Amino acid sequence: MKFVSAIIKPFKLNEVRESLTALGVKGVTVTEVKGFGRQKGHTEMYRGAEYVIEFLPKLKIEVAIDDSQLEQVVEGIKKSANTGKIGDGKIFVFDLEQVTRIRTGESGPEAL
Amino acid sequence: MKKIIVFSSLMLAVLAVMAVGTGFAEEAAAVVAAPVPNKGDTAWMIVSTLLVTLMTIPGLALFYGGLVRSKNMLSVLMQVFTVFSLCMVLWVIYGYSVAFTEGNAFFGGFSKILLKGITVDSVAATFSKGVVIPELVYAFFQATFAAITPALILGAFAERMKFSAVLAFIVLWFSFAYLPIAHMVWYWAGPDAYTDAAAGEKALATAGFLFQKGAIDFAGGTVVHINAAIAGLIGAFMVGKRVGYGKESMAPHSLTMTMIGACLLWVGWFGFNAGSNLEANGLAGLAFGNTMLATAAAALSWTFTEWIIKGKPSMLGAASGAVAGLVAVTPACGWVGIGGALVIGLLAGIICLWGVNGLKRMLGADDALDVFGVHGVGGMLGAILTGIFADPALGGVGVYDYVANKVADYSIATQLTSQMWAIGTTILWSGIVSLVAYKLVDMTIGLRVTEEEEREGLDTVSHGESAYHN
Repeated sequence: MKFVSAIIKPFKLNEVRESLTALGVKGVTVTEVKGFGRQKGHTEMYRGAEYVIEFLPKLKIEVAIDDSQLEQVVEGIKKSANTGKIGDGKIFVFDLEQVTRIRTGESGPEAL
Repeated sequence: MKKIIVFSSLMLAVLAVMAVGTGFAEEAAAVVAAPVPNKGDTAWMIVSTLLVTLMTIPGLALFYGGLVRSKNMLSVLMQVFTVFSLCMVLWVIYGYSVAFTEGNAFFGGFSKILLKGITVDSVAATFSKGVVIPELVYAFFQATFAAITPALILGAFAERMKFSAVLAFIVLWFSFAYLPIAHMVWYWAGPDAYTDAAAGEKALATAGFLFQKGAIDFAGGTVVHINAAIAGLIGAFMVGKRVGYGKESMAPHSLTMTMIGACLLWVGWFGFNAGSNLEANGLAGLAFGNTMLATAAAALSWTFTEWIIKGKPSMLGAASGAVAGLVAVTPACGWVGIGGALVIGLLAGIICLWGVNGLKRMLGADDALDVFGVHGVGGMLGAILTGIFADPALGGVGVYDYVANKVADYSIATQLTSQMWAIGTTILWSGIVSLVAYKLVDMTIGLRVTEEEEREGLDTVSHGESAYHN
């Protein structure tokens, strides 16, 4: 099993969700996050005061999937979250040791 | 037939009484001639009083509230709300009497403590001979001015002062700075006292110090804005900078609130400026129009200057420009022509933008919400430009001579000298009173909350509540 964590531009969420649903991904967790990469931040000005906003708002989406889905899922996120401009985000893939469904106690790939 | 005879004799009797009565009436008119308030004027002044209230709560409260961080939102709303209420009560207890009764050139007397002797039939003078308004309406119209002015100061030391210290300072400043400056600039015997040169001279001797100096301030550029701004600037120095100032982001938490507040200020200001005419007539119309135009002009000039210099036209800039224009046109609105108001507005937007940038850096104080940069700079600019554009040769109204009953000859140089007297006296008086008042409060209550409390935010620390819940 794999755990995919992707940082995307907030307005791309719907497209990413649609592509993941189409691929048969059964659940997604979304978190509002802030951070910086190559895009860096921007400057805001309030009368005389200038503030450099170093951390930009992004969304982090997390999915747990079967090994066989990995290639399609990474490809799906890559396509649906792409604008071609700096700041599109990154996809991180981890090995997933175990999954347990709390309600039934099932574990392993059946719990995905 | 009998009925007709009775009727005719009654008519005769009535006519006879009327004939005699007219003679008496003429005599009485010459002696008393007590003018009666006009219903239109009275209605306008009641509406104006409400408009100035709206400027403060919620106008000023939201304008300031949006500019602080969300953890201090309620503290700002609460300070404005409470200071408005506090000054309203103090005004009735002794404020009106000290500001608007005859005393010396600096303070009035105590004859109208608790509005003593003012009944529904009492009248107050306007700027026209023989025209009066109910004194109760006048007293409460002025009350709203006395209540908004101390609230303006709050922006300078926002986000760090103890609530108890705020209230203690305001009581001292209201009593020893607002009341005497209002008396100095605005107290006079009224136009009806100026019957001839000798009477005029005698009446003038009872007026406030700056009134005697010839300073003109239609709606309170000096009394309200310069006065409050100096107290704010001294406060920013005395209370000290906010923890993290210049290092951490202190960006406004809701410019939406600030924009709503600025709009309520703009609308309410018509009561402030046009209401200061005390009569619903053409001059009120001029003050109204000047206020509308100067504000729009200042919003534009701030916006475009910011766009050129900083690259982007900001909403906060437009709202700040509007307030700068309102401040600058306040002393001028009933004295200058439409063209003068346009110039005042355009200049206010540009010069106050400098006030919150270059000047602010030069002064080095953490005047959190730019009370001095907008109200101080705008107030002084307005006071000076009033002296220039009041000139009838520049489209102004000129200064009316109540003895000669015509507009007097106008000299810009003489008027500017009078205006400088008003500015200088207010800076010095308000500055010294503020310095002493802050010091007294610091020694007794302490001005600031602790650093830990400041980081936590005044809403929970001082008021036990938060503005927003996720």
